[in-house]
Amino acid sequence: MGAEAPPGLAEAVELGLTEGEYALIVELLGREPVQVELACFSLLWSEHCSYKHSRALLSTLPTEGPALVMGPGENAGAVDVGDGMVVAFKVESHNHPSAVEPFQGAATGVGGILRDVFAVGARPIAILDSLRFGEPAQSERSRYLLDHAVGGIGHYGNSIGVPTVGGEVYFEAPYEQNCLINAMCLGLAPRERLIRSAAAGPDNVLILFGARTGRDGIGGASVLASAELSADDEHKRPSVQIGDPFEEKKLLECSLELLDRGLLVALQDLGAAGLTSSAAEMASKGEVGVDLHVDRVPLREPGLEPFEIMVSESQERMLCVATPDRVADVLAICAHHEVHGTPIGTVTDTGRMRIFEHGEMVGDMPVRALVDDCPRYALDPRKPEAPLYPPPARSLDRGAGAAQTLTALLASANLSSRRPLFEQYDALVQSRTVRRPEQADASVLLLSDPDGREPAPGPLGERPAIAVSIDGSGRRVAADPYTGTVAAVLECAANLACVGAEPLGLTNCLNFGNPEKPHVAWQLSESVRGLGDACRALSVPVVGGNVSLYNEGADGPIYPTPVVGMVGALPDARRAAPLAFQRRGDAIGVIAPLGASLGASELHKLRGEPLPDGLPAIDLPAAVARLTPIRDAVRAGELSSVHDIAEGGALVAIAECCLAGALGAEIELEDDDEARFGEGAVGFVLSGPEPALRALGARVIGTVGGEALRAGALSIPLAELAEAHGALAALFR
Amino acid sequence: MRFGIVRFPGSCDEVDALRAAERVGDATLLWHTERDLKGADAIIVPGGFSYGDYLRCGAIARFAPVMEAVAEHAREGGLVLGICNGFQVLCEAGLLPGALLPNTGVRFLCRQVDVQVENASTPFTWRCERRDTLSIPVKHTTGRYYAPEEVLDDLEAHRRIVLRYAPGHNPNGSSRDVAGVCSEQGNVMGLMPHPEHAVDPLTGSDDGLRLLESMASAARVVGHH
Amino acid sequence: MKARVLIRPRAGILEPQGQAVERALPALGFSGVRGVRVGRLIELDVDDPATLPELCRRLLSNPLIEDYEIQTEDPAS
Repeated sequence: MGAEAPPGLAEAVELGLTEGEYALIVELLGREPVQVELACFSLLWSEHCSYKHSRALLSTLPTEGPALVMGPGENAGAVDVGDGMVVAFKVESHNHPSAVEPFQGAATGVGGILRDVFAVGARPIAILDSLRFGEPAQSERSRYLLDHAVGGIGHYGNSIGVPTVGGEVYFEAPYEQNCLINAMCLGLAPRERLIRSAAAGPDNVLILFGARTGRDGIGGASVLASAELSADDEHKRPSVQIGDPFEEKKLLECSLELLDRGLLVALQDLGAAGLTSSAAEMASKGEVGVDLHVDRVPLREPGLEPFEIMVSESQERMLCVATPDRVADVLAICAHHEVHGTPIGTVTDTGRMRIFEHGEMVGDMPVRALVDDCPRYALDPRKPEAPLYPPPARSLDRGAGAAQTLTALLASANLSSRRPLFEQYDALVQSRTVRRPEQADASVLLLSDPDGREPAPGPLGERPAIAVSIDGSGRRVAADPYTGTVAAVLECAANLACVGAEPLGLTNCLNFGNPEKPHVAWQLSESVRGLGDACRALSVPVVGGNVSLYNEGADGPIYPTPVVGMVGALPDARRAAPLAFQRRGDAIGVIAPLGASLGASELHKLRGEPLPDGLPAIDLPAAVARLTPIRDAVRAGELSSVHDIAEGGALVAIAECCLAGALGAEIELEDDDEARFGEGAVGFVLSGPEPALRALGARVIGTVGGEALRAGALSIPLAELAEAHGALAALFR
Repeated sequence: MRFGIVRFPGSCDEVDALRAAERVGDATLLWHTERDLKGADAIIVPGGFSYGDYLRCGAIARFAPVMEAVAEHAREGGLVLGICNGFQVLCEAGLLPGALLPNTGVRFLCRQVDVQVENASTPFTWRCERRDTLSIPVKHTTGRYYAPEEVLDDLEAHRRIVLRYAPGHNPNGSSRDVAGVCSEQGNVMGLMPHPEHAVDPLTGSDDGLRLLESMASAARVVGHH
Repeated sequence: MKARVLIRPRAGILEPQGQAVERALPALGFSGVRGVRVGRLIELDVDDPATLPELCRRLLSNPLIEDYEIQTEDPAS
C-alpha cells in the first residue's frame, strides 16, 4: 500500500459514514482505510447499496411462487411465461439525480433499469414509469421537472428501440421538493439464456466493456442517493450522469450476442457505485476475490485517481467474467459492435477485493467486509401522534353540484388524460403492443420471442401475451400505510384481471423519507406488512425491487410511496378487454369497490380535506376472490369492456369509459358522493350483454349510447367531458 | 422476391421491418459496413437513430458503405423505401428531394394518423386506390417535411407526393401535408409514417401491409436481379 | 488549427426550438427578447483549414436547410 496517510474519520463522516461504522471498518481491516478503500466502503455501506435500514423488513416478503425462475438478489427477477420463455423485470428509482437534473436524471434512470434487465440475458421489451411531482398549477418548478423528466424518459427509450407502454404520474404537494422518478423494465429471454452475476473460477478474466470512464456521478451513490436534498442543489449538478442511448444500444446488442454465443461466466451492469459495487457484488455472490487494475480502465479524460475510477458512475458500462481461453472471442464481439472491451482484472481465491495501479497495490479489502458486514439498523417505528401532512389546497367548493364536481375531477392534474405524456413515447417499436396506454387498464404485449418471431397461434387462433401494470397511490398510503399499500397491490392485480391476465410476479420500489425518523419507520414497516399480506393473499411472489429512502425536503417527508409493478400472462391477446365502451346498447354494470370511502379520495383532495387517520379495512380474501371471475369472463370474451374503479371513484371511471370509446351512457347511480366518487379496492365498470354482467354479480345501472353522460339529473355532453379531460395538454405548450 | 433491410448501429425498427417484410416475401438484414445487398430485390432503410443521429438525422448514415450499394441499386431502377430515419437518410443522400426538420411541436410524437394515397400508380402504392385512407402510426421528433416552394410545386406537378396526411392529421407541420415522396423515376420512396408498424389489426392496423405488398409484387414484375 | 463551425437554420425556415425558448422567457421574467434561433456549434482541430468549407457542405451542414459559418483562430487563414 502507498505511503499516503489515511484520510481518517472526518472524511468518512463527510462521505456519509457514522463514527461507529468507521470504527467497524478499522476493525475489519485491522487498520485505517486509505482513500480508495474509504470511498468503496462509503458507497457499499450507503443505504442505496446495503439496505441497512430496510433489509430486515424486505426479508418478510414472500419470494416463492410456481412461476418464479429468478428471485431477489439478481439484477432483475424473472418468471416463467410458458413456451420456454421467461420475463425478467424490475422497477428502480432515480429520484435524487432527477431532482437535480430532470432530463438526464430520468434518462439515465431508464438506461440503468434497461441494463439491469439485459444483464440477466433478457432483451428489454417494455418500459413503464411511475412519476410524482408537486402541484403543477401552483409550481413552475414542478412543471419544469415534469416536462424535462418526460423528455428524458422518451429520449432514452425512444432512441434505444424499447417501447414505453405504460406508466402513471401523480401530483401532490409533498413531492414539491423531492420528485419521484421510478422506471420499470421488462425483458424477454429463452429460459436457458438467463445468466447470474456471481463471479466464479479463479484466473477467469474480468472484462469491462462499454463507454469510457469519466468523472460522472462521483459520490453519486452516497451523496445523491442517501442524503436529504437541501434547497440549493446547484452545486451538485456537475456530478449528474449523462446518458447516451446510442452507446447503450450497442452495449445491449453486444451483451446479448456474447450470451447467445455462450462466452460468459457472469455478467453485471455498472450502476450506482460503479465498478466498486459491480465487482464487489460479483465477487461476493461467487464467494471469490477479485484483483482490479484501475490503470487498465479506459478513461474519457486523463488524471482520474484510483478512487475516482472505482466510484465513477459513468453510464453504459458492463462488467463480465470469461474464462481465459474465451477472452479473445469476447473482445472480437465487442469490436464488431464498436464497443470498447478491456480486460481489467482477474478472479482470485483470496476472498479480497484488491486494487492495483501500475502493478502497485493501492487498496485491499475483504469482500465480505464490503458487502456483508455493513451494520444493520433496527427501525424504531412509531405512529405519529399528529398529522404529518398539511391538508391539500382547496380547489373545489364543497357545495359544487355533481356536474361541476365531475368535470373538476376529470380536469384535475391527477385524473386528466395522460395522452400528452404518452404521445412523447414510442409505444410501438418491437411490434408487441396490443393495448397501448389508456386503451386498457394494463399494457398487453404479444409473446413473440426476443427476435420478434411470434409462435404459431393456438388451435383456435389464440395469441399468448403478457400484461403489465404499475401503481402506487402515495396519498392513500399516507392516510393508512398498511391498507393503502394493500390497495396498490390489489389495483395492479385488478388491472391485470381487466385484460384477462393472471399475475405471476411483482416488483416494487419503496420510496420513503428518512427511516431513522420513527414516523417514517412506521410508514415503511406498515407498508411492507401490507405488501407482504397482499402478495400472499394473491399468491404472487416478489421477484425483486429497490428501496429509495431519505426522500425529504425542507417541509418534511414525501408521501410514503410504494410503487408496485405486476406482470401476468394471458392465453389470448385478442380477448384482452379494452376499457372503452364499444357498442351502443350494451348494458353497463358496476361492481362497487370494497371499503369505498371519500377519505383520502381525489374528491376530498380537491375540497381541501385533511387526510384521515386510517382507511376502511379491505377484506383481502374477498378482494382476491373477485378477481378470478372477472379474469375468466374476459378470457371467455363475454364482456365488451372492463375498467377498474380507481382514483376518482365510479362516476369518473364511467366517464373514462365513455371518453375512450367516444360513446355516451345513460345510467342511474345513487345520488350521493360516496357512491359516485368514493375510492376503495377491486371495483369495476363493465359493459356487455346484461346476463354476463349479472352473472358476475355486477349491478346493472344503465346502457351505452348517446352523445352525453346522463345520470339522473346530471347530463354532460361528451365534448365537455373531453375538454375537461384534456387539461394536461396545457402543461406541454 | 427478397427484401434487404439495412441495419445501422442505432437502428430501432429494423427487426419490425424484417418481420413485416417476411409477411409478403423473403427478407434479410444488411449490416451497415457491407456493400453486398445479398441479392435483395427491394431495400428498406428502416427507422431508428442511425449512429445516434447526433449531428443531424441521417447525416452520418448516408456515408455508410451499405448506402453506396443502395444508391447503386436505386440508380439501376431497384426499389428503395426509406421509413422515418430511413427517409431522412435518403434525403441526406440526395436520393430524394427535401429535408426533414424538427416537428413544429418540438417534442417526439407517437400517434396513429390517417394518410391519403395521392398517387396509386407507384410501385409502393399500386395495391391501393387513389384517395384511399390508410391508418399508420408516426413516431418521430424530426419529421416536418420541407422543400422550397418551387420544388414542392414540381413534386405536385409530377405526382411525386405519394402520400399526404389526411386533413387534421398532419402531426409535425409538414409542408403541404406531405407524408411521403418518391424519386423522379418513382423507384425510391421515403415516408415518415411506419408501415412496418401497421401489419396486424391486433397491434393497431394492417394498412401498412398494402405498401409492402405493392413493393413485393412490383419487384416480382420488374425482376430487378 | 482550432476552428469553430456555427450551423444556423436558414433564414425563413420555421425554427420551433427557438420559438419554444422565446415563449418560455417571459415566464422567467426576461422580457424584450426576440428572434431566438437555435443552431449548433461544432469545435474541431483541423490540419488543413482549406478543407473546412467542403467538410461543412458535405457533412456538418445540410445546405438546403442550414447555413454555416467557419471561425478560425487566425483570421488571416
